[in-house]
Amino acid sequence: MKIHEYQAKAILSKFGVPVPRGEAIFRKNDARAAAERLGTPVVAVKAQIHAGGRGKAGGVKIAKSPAEAETLAGQMLGMKLVTPQTGEEGRIVRRLLIEEGLDIRRELYVSILVDRAAAAPVIMASAAGGMEIEEVAKEHPEAILREPIRPETGFRPYHARKLAFGLGLTPEIASAAAPFLESLYRAFIETDASLLEINPCVITGDGRLVALDAKVNFDDNALYRHPEFQELRDLGEETPLEVEASKYKLNYIKLDGTVGCLVNGAGLAMATMDIIKLSGGSPANFLDVGGGATEEQVKNAFRILLSDSNVRAVFVNIFGGILRCDVLASGIVHAARDLGIQIPVIVRMEGTNMQEGQRILRDSGLRFTVASGMRDGAEKAVALAGGSR
Amino acid sequence: MSVLAGKDTRVLVQGITGREGSFHAQQMLDYGTKVVAGVTPGKGGRKHLGVPVFDTVSAAARETGANASLIFVPPPFAADAILEALDAALPLVICITEGTPTLDMVRVAAALKNSHSRLIGPNCPGIISPGKCKIGIMPASIHKPGRVGLVSRSGTLTYEAVGQLSSLGIGQSTCIGIGGDPIIGTSFLDAIELFHGDPDTDAIVMIGEIGGNAEEQAAEYIRKHVKKPVVGFIAGQTAPPGRRMGHAGAIISGGQGTAADKYKAMRAAGIHTVQSPAEIGETLARLLAKRKAPPRPASRKKSTRQPRKR
Repeated sequence: MKIHEYQAKAILSKFGVPVPRGEAIFRKNDARAAAERLGTPVVAVKAQIHAGGRGKAGGVKIAKSPAEAETLAGQMLGMKLVTPQTGEEGRIVRRLLIEEGLDIRRELYVSILVDRAAAAPVIMASAAGGMEIEEVAKEHPEAILREPIRPETGFRPYHARKLAFGLGLTPEIASAAAPFLESLYRAFIETDASLLEINPCVITGDGRLVALDAKVNFDDNALYRHPEFQELRDLGEETPLEVEASKYKLNYIKLDGTVGCLVNGAGLAMATMDIIKLSGGSPANFLDVGGGATEEQVKNAFRILLSDSNVRAVFVNIFGGILRCDVLASGIVHAARDLGIQIPVIVRMEGTNMQEGQRILRDSGLRFTVASGMRDGAEKAVALAGGSR
Repeated sequence: MSVLAGKDTRVLVQGITGREGSFHAQQMLDYGTKVVAGVTPGKGGRKHLGVPVFDTVSAAARETGANASLIFVPPPFAADAILEALDAALPLVICITEGTPTLDMVRVAAALKNSHSRLIGPNCPGIISPGKCKIGIMPASIHKPGRVGLVSRSGTLTYEAVGQLSSLGIGQSTCIGIGGDPIIGTSFLDAIELFHGDPDTDAIVMIGEIGGNAEEQAAEYIRKHVKKPVVGFIAGQTAPPGRRMGHAGAIISGGQGTAADKYKAMRAAGIHTVQSPAEIGETLARLLAKRKAPPRPASRKKSTRQPRKR
């Protein structure tokens, strides 16, 4: 789960991580008052969207007066921000963060995430703050220091010393880094974060470390431990169909092709997208109905697939294990009847109760295209969706 | 022969009285797996499916001589269940549960290092040595005893590959579902190492996914050590970056974990890669046919040169 920068900073602040003073606003008229309350000669006006790369796209501006903050807020609220992370469609800016200006001496990069190979959280730090870390990683991997934190010891001051002296920081900054990183690490662990990124983490003129930007993602699997995070979710940042799918515990990701896919299991769902592409078509979505889908879920899955107007054909690819083919077939038949499906539906079923499933499809009197394997199904679906693009 | 699970494997099921635990324990019993005990705290002393139920894993292991555990408990309790199985020193622990918090698995991974156990999963279908022992949720009917080892991060995609092999008459020694989470107990490399050392496995199928670099590490090991033919497929060639594709581990982030990188590493290791998931079976069949063709002395020499497992 992703949250906004201002929400991330509020959480970090509770754990003792220094962040700039600031206020989130939703209306242009609130910008001036917010800037006046901050009282600094300059304020930053920052677009709040769930995607990085805002600066270059014009989503972060400096205002030299409260009046200018209001003007900028007027320009930014409602604007469509296109960054490398939003895709072409971009994001509409609906919230802004008005933040105090700081005297910045130096910009660093700090992040914490779980390293799979080490099976432990790792703190990453670089002197190249403010830049796209992916580019730094590609061009100068040696410029990024990595410090795994073993769960047996937890965070220790020496971790901070290794990182700070490794980056060539002064002894004063190095000693400030220990409590800063300790707070950051504690925030990571206690919120069950999957990513915590401070880019840039700045050293101010008076030698303090401050999280000038903050990105926090939570581990979806651990959200049950943090019911208070539920209210931080911003549905406006999510694709409406994906929000709808999540209500039925369906794993759906919208893509921009024409062949809708309904599959059980994440690996098979990805492989189904791949084979559609290899057959000359393009998948409209990723959709995993899960291991034990019910008839009701299958029906809702169909409804969601069909509300994507790009979809020209639906490819159902099921390898029945726990999910029985007859349950699936009943779901498809009910969906087709209730929703009045007009486009071709190609069904490939194998595994548990396959024959019963095929009988249900046959006896329904509806027209389904039955496929005899994954390749056959993909080829038929691509052809019926209007052929190669 | 087979790896990890065979005729002598005695399984206890943690969460046996739950809906999924019950269903799959019964399926395993039907398959002939020796399910010797169940564990459900508070229900000790009963029998369920004809199997004695215990309150704790250690009591179940002590009383029944179980040497493997299969875990079905819900995500909030899964890490604790795994740790309890490690504490009881069961040699093999398989966790089916999907949705375990990653930081819980960080603690489990640390405990695993100092344990006597091998963990498979979590978020996996389990393992099966066809004809001998099934410890997991895979549909038994699609499998066929034989000499191909299969390792995969996915569930149904594994069934797809097994289905292709069996329909071509190619049986399997053991199929290992290692799981789709970022932190798992047994990696591709571990599984490949097992198949490499198994005299009754002739060929290997590895089915990876986008995300992480476990496939690359396994490829490196294969390049150095493995002479058995390997067929490889990576799911998610068309997946967009930054989106988690169902499995918590299936995500391309920071330009890492792409299918293209994994294919490159696999090809460099001499693995026979397939772009289409529909070609896994037929590619392996071709390789086996080639191998069976005139038994030249050179090829026999090659196989004796194989480095033995530690």
